Amino acid sequence: MRIKCPLCGERDRREFYYKGAAIDLARPAPDAGDVAWDDYIHNRENPAGRTKDLWQHEMGCSAWLVVERNTVTHEIYGVELAENVKRGMK
Amino acid sequence: MRFSAWQVLKEGLTGNKGWKPHWRSPEPQSEYDIIIIGGGGHGLSTAYHLAAKYTDKRIAVLEKGYIGGGNVGRNTTIVRANYFLKGNSEFYSHSLKLWERMEKDLNYNAMHSQRGILNLFHSDGQRDAAARRGNMMVNQGDDAILLDREGVRDILPYLDYDNIRFPVYGALYHKRGGTARHDAVAWGYARGADQRGVDIIQNCEVTGIDIENGVVKGVQTSKGPIKAKKVGMVVAGRSSQVAAMAGMQVPIESTVLQAFVTEGLKPVLDNVVTFGMGHFYISQSDKGGLVFGGDIDMYASYAQRGNLPTTEHVIDAAMTLMPMIGKAKLLRSWGGIMDMSPDGSPVIDKTHVEGLYLNCGWNYGGFKAVPASGDCFAHLIAKDEPHPVAEKFRLDRFRTGHGIMDEEGTGSQHNTH
Repeated sequence: MRIKCPLCGERDRREFYYKGAAIDLARPAPDAGDVAWDDYIHNRENPAGRTKDLWQHEMGCSAWLVVERNTVTHEIYGVELAENVKRGMK
Repeated sequence: MRFSAWQVLKEGLTGNKGWKPHWRSPEPQSEYDIIIIGGGGHGLSTAYHLAAKYTDKRIAVLEKGYIGGGNVGRNTTIVRANYFLKGNSEFYSHSLKLWERMEKDLNYNAMHSQRGILNLFHSDGQRDAAARRGNMMVNQGDDAILLDREGVRDILPYLDYDNIRFPVYGALYHKRGGTARHDAVAWGYARGADQRGVDIIQNCEVTGIDIENGVVKGVQTSKGPIKAKKVGMVVAGRSSQVAAMAGMQVPIESTVLQAFVTEGLKPVLDNVVTFGMGHFYISQSDKGGLVFGGDIDMYASYAQRGNLPTTEHVIDAAMTLMPMIGKAKLLRSWGGIMDMSPDGSPVIDKTHVEGLYLNCGWNYGGFKAVPASGDCFAHLIAKDEPHPVAEKFRLDRFRTGHGIMDEEGTGSQHNTH
């Protein structure tokens, strides 16, 4: 699998650290309650197919990225800087 | 038909024409008392234990593919009871005891071989951790021996003992651990369940779970609707998809775990050897192939095949520990889909729906759990209360924080196990 970093270009998967589902960008408020925090930390849609997850270009520019890809075929549809995605969520 | 030496002799002399299929292939009835979704090792073991031990009700196992085609036929067949934490340790201890009588119970040769497992360590700190784990295993009633470097050398003379980064300091030796023939475990439980009246329905995919007013009523399948009073979901590898049919989101992320096998060799490796620091473990199958594996591919995936960086890492570790392996030719590799839970331990519990039960989250350790998982899940379904050795496998431990079983001590969240 190769991932195209928006800053560095296409690189081997080994340069990237995988964090998990992009739900990590939607952190609940501290007082949102145990159900909301349980969903945020533990429960996952975990789709067989299209998904968005969070990677870091650890051995490159160290930018955090949102990678949209297919969990069955490993096809990658697009990569965005997590910073831009987060800004768009506000 | 019962298997016996006499039967084998008789069939051998008469051209092996008398063997019958090991289980029937019935069409589904319109209604059952209990439906088990998933005909993997855990599902078949659940059906067997339900029928043999807990209830005389009408039971069906619904399998999307064929028996033995999923993870039960895609693992490295290790059987052990060397867990550390309360909750896990009594469960796997129970499982190993069931392994030790499985072949008699099932009248089936699962080729269970207690050849011993050696977990290597490479520093003083790791020796302390191994001693502590060994004491926990002995306290649980299982076996463990702390071997020094020369003790390991007596058993495994071919390791590289003086690797500059990971010199071998010793090993924790678990003699009752070993391997089993994975396919035979699936076939044995399928045959045992079938003989006790369970309908095993292959090529029958569950497409929906019928729930009315919070009570389960049955399932929709590719072979039509089937009513049921109770439904058990045992589909590790696809837990998120099946649980979603009941409106649940479960604490699971799926990843690939790869395994590898070499060409058949003469007997060279008598035990199971694990090299934790290199994420590598190995044994030799009865056919002669060296069977080995490493860590998961470390990102969410449903592709039942591996990625080359992990392959390279595993082969590196193999060569580091056991240079002689470089002479062997790699025959094939494969990948299974693991239900990874946040704390690395499984779930056997009721759900928010009455009559619907959940068994999932076996991470990379599902095979050794097959007997006890089935026994405990059957107990839960039949009696509506947890089996004493599985009462800590609760789904709500993640929400409440009580009873987290983080065996590796790396934190209870995804991507840490």
